[in-house]
Amino acid sequence: METEQRLSPDDIMELHPNFHFRWEEPQRAHVLLYPEGIVKLNDSAAEILEVCAQGDLSIAQGSAVLASRYDHPPIEAEIMQFMELAYAKGWIRPKS
Amino acid sequence: MPKAGSGPSLDGLGMPLWLVIELTYKCPLKCPWCSNPVDFDKYRNEMTTDEWKALLREGRRLGSLQLGFTGGEPTLRNDLDELVADADQLGYYTNLITSGVGLDPERIRSLKRAGLKQVQLSLQSCDSEVSHKLTGLEVWKHKIEIAYALKAEGFPMVLNVPVSRYNIDQTEALIDLAADLGVEYLEFANLQYYNWALVNRAELLPTREQLLRSEAAVARARERLGKRLTIYFVVPDYFDDRPKACMNGWGAIHLTIAPDGTALPCQEARLIKDISFPNVREHKLDWIWRSSPAFTKFRGNDWMKEPCRSCAEKERDFGGCRCQAFLLTGDASNTDPVCRKSPHRHLIDDIVSATAKRREQGIEEPLIMRDRKASVAT
Repeated sequence: METEQRLSPDDIMELHPNFHFRWEEPQRAHVLLYPEGIVKLNDSAAEILEVCAQGDLSIAQGSAVLASRYDHPPIEAEIMQFMELAYAKGWIRPKS
Repeated sequence: MPKAGSGPSLDGLGMPLWLVIELTYKCPLKCPWCSNPVDFDKYRNEMTTDEWKALLREGRRLGSLQLGFTGGEPTLRNDLDELVADADQLGYYTNLITSGVGLDPERIRSLKRAGLKQVQLSLQSCDSEVSHKLTGLEVWKHKIEIAYALKAEGFPMVLNVPVSRYNIDQTEALIDLAADLGVEYLEFANLQYYNWALVNRAELLPTREQLLRSEAAVARARERLGKRLTIYFVVPDYFDDRPKACMNGWGAIHLTIAPDGTALPCQEARLIKDISFPNVREHKLDWIWRSSPAFTKFRGNDWMKEPCRSCAEKERDFGGCRCQAFLLTGDASNTDPVCRKSPHRHLIDDIVSATAKRREQGIEEPLIMRDRKASVAT
């Protein structure tokens, strides 16, 4: 259903206010809660949202922060791919 | 209401992720497809505020995450706001499922303050006359005002349209209305025929032609509106070849608590009269969910008979709906008769063709409206 949504490394993204992002202990995972829906996120998806979708860092800056946590692997393209998916699903939006 | 298409996207790990609490069966509307039992008037012993609060705690301990406040009309309970606040504190994502009749701008602000996250508002038509016919009350204008008031307060909203032959030709106009109201989600809930809807099935069932036109209108609108409006289309299963994956399986992720504390695997399950459903006033929720005979009866697939038992799709549709199997074949452990592989499929085909014939012949009978008088008569 989702149409492709391009983003640029300079875009600053934030969580869409209709999506609640939090740790859910019984699931041992981060979840996104929204009207009539639940998405359980894997650890890397949750970490990307925690760093790159807080409305402060650009996607490129967020990618650099994440890369520095893990001895600088080439993860920028993968992060961009996930951010575009999250944008297409409406979880995140450009910070206005 | 059993749904396919708007289910959650994760495995419940054996937890009742979706908890639905029916605070009351009372409702001023008389919708002739109401999902409440036809004998709703017999159940008057509603749970108290404290009993609901205790239940909410037990639900969280079992891993419930999405919480639906419904009824009847849940806003008729004066303690709704207090229960929402309590549920929000406990970490639920709180949804209110309402006709809007008990709401006004002040109550909406109070619910927002209490932490309510989302409102699903029902709308039966895009015009007030049809709405009046279908609900038995002059409520259309109020509902539209409430929709604007909810948006003004910043609630994400699902506009839920129960679809029958009376409003299915309004699909396009309803989409335009939803876009004007600025709701995020529009749900066309093609009626599923249980309880009151079953009583009125011959009058409510659309024709295949109507359904195809409606689906085409939805497809065009999705193309046009994209992310602005998400449209759910709950499949009208009588017109399908395969059964819906009802509730993602019996006792898998859904738990409903009826007004009197009866625990049910779905809102309709009470109609399966040969199962005795446990009550949260008498048993721990943990036992009810994990071990009670009612919740384990159709869990997994050991209970299945042929053709389900050897079917490659049994993990996908779980044999369909137990309530529908019970209502139409008399045995809840039969394959849902919607399935083409079911030896009872002819029952569905006969209903669809008999209804089409009634339409051609112009036969029309009055709808039996949901009210106390009709309930007592059942």
